Amino acid sequence: MPDPSAAPEPLLQIRALTVSYPAGAHAGALPAARATARPGARPARAEAHLEVVRGVDLDLAAGEILGIAGESGSGKTQLLLAILGLCGAGARLRGSVRYRGEELLALPAAQLNRTRGARIAMVFQDPATALNPYLTIGRQLTEVLRVHRGVGARAAERRAGAMLEAVHIADAARHLRQYPHELSGGMRQRVTLAMALIAEPQVLLADEPTTSLDVTVQSQILALLRELRERTRVAIVLVTHDMGVIAELADRVAVMYAGTLIEQAPVEALFAGPRHPYSEALQRCVPRLDGPPPQRLASIPGQPPDPAALPPGCAFAPRCAYRLEVCERSAPPLVQAAPRHWKACHYDEPLGRPGPAASAAAAATLAAGEVP
Amino acid sequence: MSANAGHAAAADVAAAAGGAAGAAGARLLRVQGLRVGYEVVHERARAQLVAVRDVAFEVARGQTLGIVGESGSGKSSIARALLRLVPAQAGQAWFLGQDLLQLRGARLQAMRRHLQLVFQDPLGSLDPRMSIAETVAEPLRVFEPQLPDADRARRVLAMLQAVGLSAAHLQRLPHEFSGGQAQRIGIARALIARPQLLLCDEPLSSLDVSIKSQIGNLLKRLQQELHLSMIFISHDLSAVRFACDRLLVLYLGEVVEQADRDSLFGAPRHPYTRALLQAAPIPDPRRARARRRVPLTGEMPSPLAPPSGCVFRTRCPHALERCARERPALRALGASLVACHRAEELDGAGA
Repeated sequence: MPDPSAAPEPLLQIRALTVSYPAGAHAGALPAARATARPGARPARAEAHLEVVRGVDLDLAAGEILGIAGESGSGKTQLLLAILGLCGAGARLRGSVRYRGEELLALPAAQLNRTRGARIAMVFQDPATALNPYLTIGRQLTEVLRVHRGVGARAAERRAGAMLEAVHIADAARHLRQYPHELSGGMRQRVTLAMALIAEPQVLLADEPTTSLDVTVQSQILALLRELRERTRVAIVLVTHDMGVIAELADRVAVMYAGTLIEQAPVEALFAGPRHPYSEALQRCVPRLDGPPPQRLASIPGQPPDPAALPPGCAFAPRCAYRLEVCERSAPPLVQAAPRHWKACHYDEPLGRPGPAASAAAAATLAAGEVP
Repeated sequence: MSANAGHAAAADVAAAAGGAAGAAGARLLRVQGLRVGYEVVHERARAQLVAVRDVAFEVARGQTLGIVGESGSGKSSIARALLRLVPAQAGQAWFLGQDLLQLRGARLQAMRRHLQLVFQDPLGSLDPRMSIAETVAEPLRVFEPQLPDADRARRVLAMLQAVGLSAAHLQRLPHEFSGGQAQRIGIARALIARPQLLLCDEPLSSLDVSIKSQIGNLLKRLQQELHLSMIFISHDLSAVRFACDRLLVLYLGEVVEQADRDSLFGAPRHPYTRALLQAAPIPDPRRARARRRVPLTGEMPSPLAPPSGCVFRTRCPHALERCARERPALRALGASLVACHRAEELDGAGA
């Protein structure tokens, strides 16, 4: 198997992708939008539209696991939904999403449906709502094959049984006749994975696939995802807020904040030497079980910005311990900082503690730690 | 608002509560033989679901007891039974000289003041039509109705400052707040009437990573400054390791291990505790991938059909025939209490 990173053309290529919603429609739906507006914040660029994903560029190679990390309101789920044209009513998409060179954003619904499920499949956070409660597991699994692959009923059933075994569900024949409510949470997530993978897609989009599961079941599902990638070479886009899950599974990581990509790097580089203060702070916030118990948890002061009232300049600046004066005026572009490592930050010195270049206000931000 | 003002406000609240706090380390709550069950319909027949079976523990004054377990382990049922939101089928819960589980009417109502709850969903736990001032003042209106308006307003403001909010927030409505701020409001409401025991049911679980640590730090600071006793319910091991002095590990309604924090994390003795610790993701790719681990197979069985003998034996890599036959009692081993037939043999075997 060739090195996936050496592939000449990415499987999925996203360029300057922007997703926006009419201001009224989305304001209540985003957790961050509930936050009170900061005085002096500039209004969102498109007056009537709120941009929840802002100019994202990303490539996905065959067989790789790309982790997209971010907190709620960062735009990570909207980015995923945009790839499949599943954004909510009123969404406006700009930019480009290409699958093997074919532009998906321009596709009419009927053609997009042929890609969805067959070439690019998705699993969701909550397996209970992703499954139809009125249909048996078998019916839901075979439907994918009959719609996308035109497989006959009996052959589809055989394939469905084999697929359940592939996701380590024992006694497949019995489970095919059961309804979703008869299965446990972990089993349901295995079933949605089987459904997503039964038509042998090239890309699997996974939105917080283990968040609703217990920790012992989460580790089973992570092991399963790893195994499925090895066996089928499916590329996985893994969206999660959990840096622990990213560390366990991803090959490469893209970190999102306020709708933009702020850092992108191979997983080991991102954890060993983050180049963006938000990535660094996010890692510090994850308490670890090794080492002595902390007296105090590291936190990031303040809260993510309201997309309707983004601060001028860098969206992270008000919470940033390294901020410079320029950060409050201009948003830094994503630039290459090292081989395969990009960051969107004006601060160019090594991170660790704010250097002399960081302003006094930034040091105060760090010291306060816990301002509401 | 500066951090100092917050500390001063908390100290103020602490001083006011001081008289009732009693000696630190003395026992505040003692639960024995607690059993909680629900009547359910299963396969078209009535069935008894036992959510909590024979649970016993103590909470010392000024200490935080963590209750850890996965969904279905019974941890929230324990909290609900103590708050008398669901009936207990058996057991006692001695608290301030009375059995909580036997209280009725006015005495139960009076007791609620001393036992307050912080919820998992901070926004869902606030009345959307009540201003923050009204929400936080409500327990005072109920438990101290004779308090003059000016005093009440002063206490509300001091409490809000203690949780990191300010006078500017008083007249706002819940929807104007983020999840982290709403949780601060929930904590203020729980603490305003100076309860003896604070129950926190997954207080950090719905919050974003960066906010989670803010609220975790706040709870710990208040606990220390107000000498609060707490029960901290969570499935998140790193959160309980930070917040708790002592821990109870639950599996399928039963306590499988009980120990002080350092013993539990340093020398876990029950195979389930070990599995939980191993399953937690490590936020370090090299170490995460280098570690050797045997993930637990299967999932927690249905509480409608619990296994015979040891509750954990269907998933336990060390189960023997005896484990199916005989239910292991919770017994002392070193500084811990553990319910496992093989605890001694497995101890130190790095199992």
